[in-house]
Amino acid sequence: MTRATGTVYVPGDAAAVSVGADEVAVAFEAAGVPVIRNGSRGMLWLEPLVEVVTGAGRVGVGNVSADEVPTLLADGLDRLDQRGDDVRGYLGVVDEHPWLASQRRVSFERVGVVDPASVVDYEAHGGWAGLRRALSLSPADVVAEVTASGLRGRGGAGFPAGVKWKTVREAESDLKFVACNFDEGDSGTFADRMVVEGDPFTLVEGMTITGHAVGAVEGYIYVRSEYPHAIAALRRAIDTAYTHGYLGRDILGSGLTFDLHVRVGAGAYICGEESSMLDSLEGRRGEVRAKPPIPAIAGLFGRPTAVNNVLTLCAVPMIMGSVDGGPGWQRYAELGVGRSLGTQVFQLAGNVARGGIVELPFGVSLRELVEEYAGGTRTGRPVRAVQVGGPLGAYLPPEQFDLPLDYESLAEAGAMLGHGGLVVFDDTVDMARMARFAMEFCAVESCGKCTPCRIGSVRGVETIDRIIAGHDVSLNLTLLDDLCETMTKGSLCAMGGLTPMPVQSAIKYWPEDFDAGLAEGRAPLSISIQRNGEGPN
Amino acid sequence: MTITPATDRAALVRAIAVQHLDERGALMPVLHDVNEELGHIERQDVEAIADVLNLSIADVHGVISFYKDFRTAPAAAHTVALCRAEACQAVGAEALYADTVQRAGELGDDVEVDEIFCFGNCALGPSGMIDGRLYGRLSTDRVTELTRGWQP
Repeated sequence: MTRATGTVYVPGDAAAVSVGADEVAVAFEAAGVPVIRNGSRGMLWLEPLVEVVTGAGRVGVGNVSADEVPTLLADGLDRLDQRGDDVRGYLGVVDEHPWLASQRRVSFERVGVVDPASVVDYEAHGGWAGLRRALSLSPADVVAEVTASGLRGRGGAGFPAGVKWKTVREAESDLKFVACNFDEGDSGTFADRMVVEGDPFTLVEGMTITGHAVGAVEGYIYVRSEYPHAIAALRRAIDTAYTHGYLGRDILGSGLTFDLHVRVGAGAYICGEESSMLDSLEGRRGEVRAKPPIPAIAGLFGRPTAVNNVLTLCAVPMIMGSVDGGPGWQRYAELGVGRSLGTQVFQLAGNVARGGIVELPFGVSLRELVEEYAGGTRTGRPVRAVQVGGPLGAYLPPEQFDLPLDYESLAEAGAMLGHGGLVVFDDTVDMARMARFAMEFCAVESCGKCTPCRIGSVRGVETIDRIIAGHDVSLNLTLLDDLCETMTKGSLCAMGGLTPMPVQSAIKYWPEDFDAGLAEGRAPLSISIQRNGEGPN
Repeated sequence: MTITPATDRAALVRAIAVQHLDERGALMPVLHDVNEELGHIERQDVEAIADVLNLSIADVHGVISFYKDFRTAPAAAHTVALCRAEACQAVGAEALYADTVQRAGELGDDVEVDEIFCFGNCALGPSGMIDGRLYGRLSTDRVTELTRGWQP
């Protein structure tokens, strides 16, 4: 829907709010200017990024503070496009900003553009079209289209969504569930949060379509308590969807019933693991379940459950609708490379000059993201390491920056894409400390159910401490390598199973941080097993 | 916080639990509400919740002790929760945490410093929540400025 010239957008996104967006919005409102609290465009280094509707389109001003608002107002907001060059932080038409214009926004198409509180605005920007079309199809046809789109789980594992749904659909049960994993606990990831804060109806629509496809009448969204802004946005959107007949009984006159509930986590990282999340939803300690049975057969309360990540579910309305005039599933499958189809939402985080959201088809290189989009480090020092895919992902050095970012290429390189977060570190980082932190984090957050994770992580911290202190470095590195293998192969879930990934990648690429002798030009470390001589202390 | 007589508190806890009785897996929502409305969850609250939800005291206690959000003692008057995860570490979160713990020590007993692993504000770190408000691009000076009114 078209807004009147002079309309002001100030993001209500948590990141924008964290650097003063609320104060900016209040300053405009105090001057009698109506403000729309949109999501963030994802150019987070420019927040608070204020947009004004002008004759030339929506023009932006970056890094606005509340005390600059009177100056912005003084010469008339509606003519901002004509005097832009005199305004500090003026960005021109935001859609034409090269950082944004060069992206392929699919999952983030509406984020920052629409008013997240307005169901009308959502519909005006293509909302509910996917649901309407899905309701006109049989559940089996919906599953077939999602399968054909090539959509894979965006939570990290990359499992084909259509295959999972087919299992749930064909499972015999009088009660089935859809569960959305919104426990986005990985450092360096915030795409789930931003899509929900900026475009919450998409998740509601995606889950309703999923309910129709798998035969579930109840959905649960498990959101982490560290995301209060997202929780509020979601609750508001669900209430509005009920009021307008998009949730509840007989949705859009189709006869479909679907109820959606928000459940809040309580500060346990492990609850981002799907089976722990299910236990937590059931009101229990978030302890990992042994598989099989898989949740698609016996999930929430023992019933068949489609468990999907936020971004996976948010891709569904577009896949069921249309993109550029063609069937959504077909357009989606045309993007990406190999078996990694569609787009990936990358999150540029940590020590970056330009942090934020970059959505591109799979296959873009790490170099393009780190050097071009992120613009190197915020501190201006050289990049030393990038952790890809969250706390359980590998650390990669600049020599590996030509790797194409898709599931298969990263797996071949001993890394993983995870949820698409990239955390950049400059040359002051001590990689032995980061390896230690990975083990320490695992020790703190382990659910305790399996021994390799619970005990292994504690032993890992102790062993790395001895290495850092210079005690029997070679022997202790051997021991650490052996421990990592035990954790990788013996842990019940990805927490213990993948904690070795950051640890071993740090040792592989930055051995000099683990063995002070190396920095002085000694021979490289040997991590081969040594049976003779004294054992590590 | 206000001191309520034990009987009133028990009635309140029961009333909260009853509100959630028809929900599936009601324990987490009940614990969140008690934690939020009464500030923390006491031993006697555990008994009342277990009774209303038809769970064992051990079950309820086990859940409370698993999740760090559920408090068993009242919070300090002021709280600072700083992110210490990787993305914030990359921009100096460790030094900020150390400085803030020291600053809190100077401010006396009524300030609590907690560590959090990720607010999802990873492009604008270091991040922290100060008295329930999220802040990005924090620095030692900024924390000092934001806590200026908290003199002992």
